Formats: sequence, structure tokens, C-alpha cells
Amino acid sequence: MHFVIDVMGRLVAAFGSTVRDVIPIVVVIGFFQFVVLRKRLTNAVRVLVGIATVITGLAIFLVGLEIGLFPLGRTMARQLSDPVFVAAGRPAEAIDWTSYGSTYLFAFCLGFATTIAEPALMSVALKAGQVSGGSIDPLGLRIAVALGAGVGVAAGTVRICADVPLPVFMVIGYLLVIAQTFLAPRAIVPLAYDTGGVTTSTVTVPMVAALGLGLAEQLPGRSPLLDGFGLIASAALCPMLTVMGYAQLAEWRSRRRPRSSSAEG
Amino acid sequence: MSSRSARPAATAPATGRDLIRALAACGRAVLGSARDLLPIVVVIAAFQLVVFRQPLDNLLQVAGGLVLVVLGLTLFVFGLEIGLFPVGEQLAHAFARKGSLPWLVAFAFALGFGTTVAEPALIAVTAEAGRLAGGGAAWQTALRLTVATAVGVALVIGVLRILLGWPIHWLIIGGYLAVMACTPLAPETIVGVAYDAGGVTTSTITVPLTAALGVGLAGSIRGRSPLVDGFGLIALASLTPIIFVLVFGTVWPVAAPVP
Repeated sequence: MHFVIDVMGRLVAAFGSTVRDVIPIVVVIGFFQFVVLRKRLTNAVRVLVGIATVITGLAIFLVGLEIGLFPLGRTMARQLSDPVFVAAGRPAEAIDWTSYGSTYLFAFCLGFATTIAEPALMSVALKAGQVSGGSIDPLGLRIAVALGAGVGVAAGTVRICADVPLPVFMVIGYLLVIAQTFLAPRAIVPLAYDTGGVTTSTVTVPMVAALGLGLAEQLPGRSPLLDGFGLIASAALCPMLTVMGYAQLAEWRSRRRPRSSSAEG
Repeated sequence: MSSRSARPAATAPATGRDLIRALAACGRAVLGSARDLLPIVVVIAAFQLVVFRQPLDNLLQVAGGLVLVVLGLTLFVFGLEIGLFPVGEQLAHAFARKGSLPWLVAFAFALGFGTTVAEPALIAVTAEAGRLAGGGAAWQTALRLTVATAVGVALVIGVLRILLGWPIHWLIIGGYLAVMACTPLAPETIVGVAYDAGGVTTSTITVPLTAALGVGLAGSIRGRSPLVDGFGLIALASLTPIIFVLVFGTVWPVAAPVP
């Protein structure tokens, strides 16, 4: 009973804060739609029902995350960065950045799994699927992005443990993105850039930030300000690389297919 | 297209067949959401059972949370297609038909600034940065306004790019070069905050709206392809905050207590 009341209370609070988030959007759109453009909404009732559904869905989603997944995720992030767990009975001198294997694995899985469940990414993938006329598969795109986010979070975790300076790490990432831009098929580039920004959203940021801050607090000689930040940036950078890679792979396969069939015939 | 893009049943009078079709669409949508959530459940369960070898102590709460997450995600995707996407597209078409560049620019800035300035994730990040870097309330507010302005500017640049057909990669590469140039000049304490600021500005409601706006705009201008020209707004909105925050930290440095 307590649980139900608690959930109801959280739902009301989440609904309120989601509505508050939407107010600036409604004000801006309302002003331009009715004052500047002086146009009525087509299908106004349907659109309003849709927006109400989005807000309600997001509020329920956030409460579900808060009570079901975030507490577990945070506890696990702490446990995995705990020196006692990492040492596993070894002396403290024997621990270096290679001792954190299971932390890296967890970081990859966490980045992948939270990105697949990211609603913002779903919306962009849906739109890309519609616009491309079916040549981009929304689920395939999301898996490519999630692989990138997983690699990004894992690489960011390695960076924290191995103590590589954040600017050095980011510059390498940027140079890779620039190189990929010129190698990948033109049409995918804008979409690939966008997926970087949408990866780090409602589900991923809280979980990944907990991992980063936990690591920076528990490792000796790190500051949460300099080392804890940057994990999200890394999670946003790598999906660009994997999405462009996914397009290169698709292009390569479609180019290869006719040649191999003609060789057979 | 995957099953989750199934459009909601039309608003025609509900005959028995329509009802069944609507229920089937709902069922597919719920299954789609459940599939999206599966990886998180597997990861947490696997690490809990294999690495830590602990059973979950509050299984009921976790299960309840998961049910809510699936339900919420389903409603969200359902509402996107009938609500947010059409609004963004209608606005884009209306602006394209009106043909007033100043109003379109004003709209892009207002949308970026307005949706970012009150963003709870941004308030949390600036508060955390202020606490760790030793910046007071005025510094935190200025940081927040800086990020919101950056997002507004990003949408303006993005909209201009769609209209004028600038290739996105030169803008993004130019932005990266600016980030690399600003990083060594900025105080060390602001660098991490700046890099993360780009990731927290694009919220779950703004993203679908922006995507629909860009694609709608590119689709209603002759010679623009929605795929090549419509995307990129979100990328710009994640990049400009990094540059703006680096510059902000250089212009207004705070004495950082080194821990």
C-alpha cells in the first residue's frame, strides 16, 4: 500500500515537472503559430491529444526509471568502482588501469543498454526511417548508435582509470570523426552527427554520470570536476563514428553483391 | 519500418474490425517497448547474479518500475506520431510558405533558448559545476544563460544552413577546430563542464520537435533533401554549448579550490 501511494506521489510530481518543461515550448510555438503566422493547427484535437500522451508517457517512464532502474544502476556503478572489489585480494600496488576489466565491461553494457531505451533516439530513428523511404532501418540505426555509446562509455572509463587527460582524449575523438566524415557516404553524415547529441539523454545521462562520478571519487588522486565529467562527452562522440561505419558497411555490402553474383554466373 | 512506427488507428467510427486493429497496434507497440528495455534488464540481472552473486532484494519494486517504463515508453512513441511530429512539420511548412527569414530566425532562437534555459538537467549541471568550481549564484545563472544562448544560436545557424544549403560537415568541423583552439586557453576546471554541457541540452521533448522541424523545412524547400539537409540541428545544438562555455570560463574564471 505504501508502495502504491509512493508511486502515485512520484507520478504526480513527474507529471508536474514534465508539464513545466513543456511550457516554454508551448509558449514559443503558440506565439509563432497564432500571433506571427496566424495559422490554426490542422487536426488540433488530435495534435493536443498526442502532446498530452507524450507528456504522460514521459512522466510514467521517468517514474519507472526512478523506482526500478536508477537505484540499482547507481549501486552497481559504485560497487564496480569500489577499490575492494577491484583489488579482489591483490595488494594495492598491483592495481593499475588494466585491473578494471569488469568495470569496462559494465561500462560498455551500460552505455549500450541505456541508449537502446533512449526515447529521444527512438524519435530520431523513426524520423530517419520515414525520410529515407525505408533504406535506413530504425532498429539497425539504434543498434549502431548504442554500440557507439557502449564503446564511448567504456573508452571514457578507460580514460579515467588510465588517467589520460580529457582534452587529449577528446581531440583524438574529434580527429577520428573528421576522418570518418570524408570516408562515409555523404547522405548519412548529418544524421550521424545528430545521433551523437541524442544518445546522451534521459536514461543514459543519470546512469553514466553516476558511474563517472563514482569512479572519480573512489580512485586516488582524481577530482570529480576534472575526471568525472567527460564520460558523457565520450558517450556522445563515439556513436557518430559507428553510425558512419554502419553506413560504410551497408554501402560496401551493396556494392559487393552485384559483383559476386556476376562472378557466380 | 519496425512495428513501433505503426500509425495509430484512424479516428473513423470504431467498428469491430477497427477496434481489433487498434488493439493489435497497441499490443505491437507494448512489445516493441518491452524489447527496447530488454538489454537493460539483462545487463543488470547478469552483473547482479554473475559478478556480484547477489539476488535482487526489492524485486517487486524493480518489476513495478519496469512495467511503468514500458507503459510510459509506449505512450511516448504513440504520442510522437500524432502530436509532436505533426506540430514541428506544420510549423516548418507554414514558415516556408510565409517566406519571412527574420521571423524564422527569431523562432529558431526562441525555441533553442526557451527550451534550454529552464532545462532541469542543465540547472543540475550548472549547480554541480558551481559547487565544484567555486562559482556563486550569479556565475551559475550566467553559465546557464550562456548555454541557452548557445543552443539558440545553434538552431539559427542550423536553419540558415537548411535554407542556404551549406554542407553540415564544414560547420561541424569548424566547430571542432574552435573547440580545440579554445580548450588550451580555458581554465582547466571549466573544460569537463563544457564538454558535458553539449550532451545535456537536448531534451527528450525538444529532440523530436527539432527533428520534425528540420526535416519539414528541408522537405518544403525545392532542391533540399530531408535526409541530407534536414538533420544536423541537434548536432549543432550539442556543439555550440561547448564553445560558448569554454569562452565563458575564460572570460569569467573562478578561483577553483583544488581538492
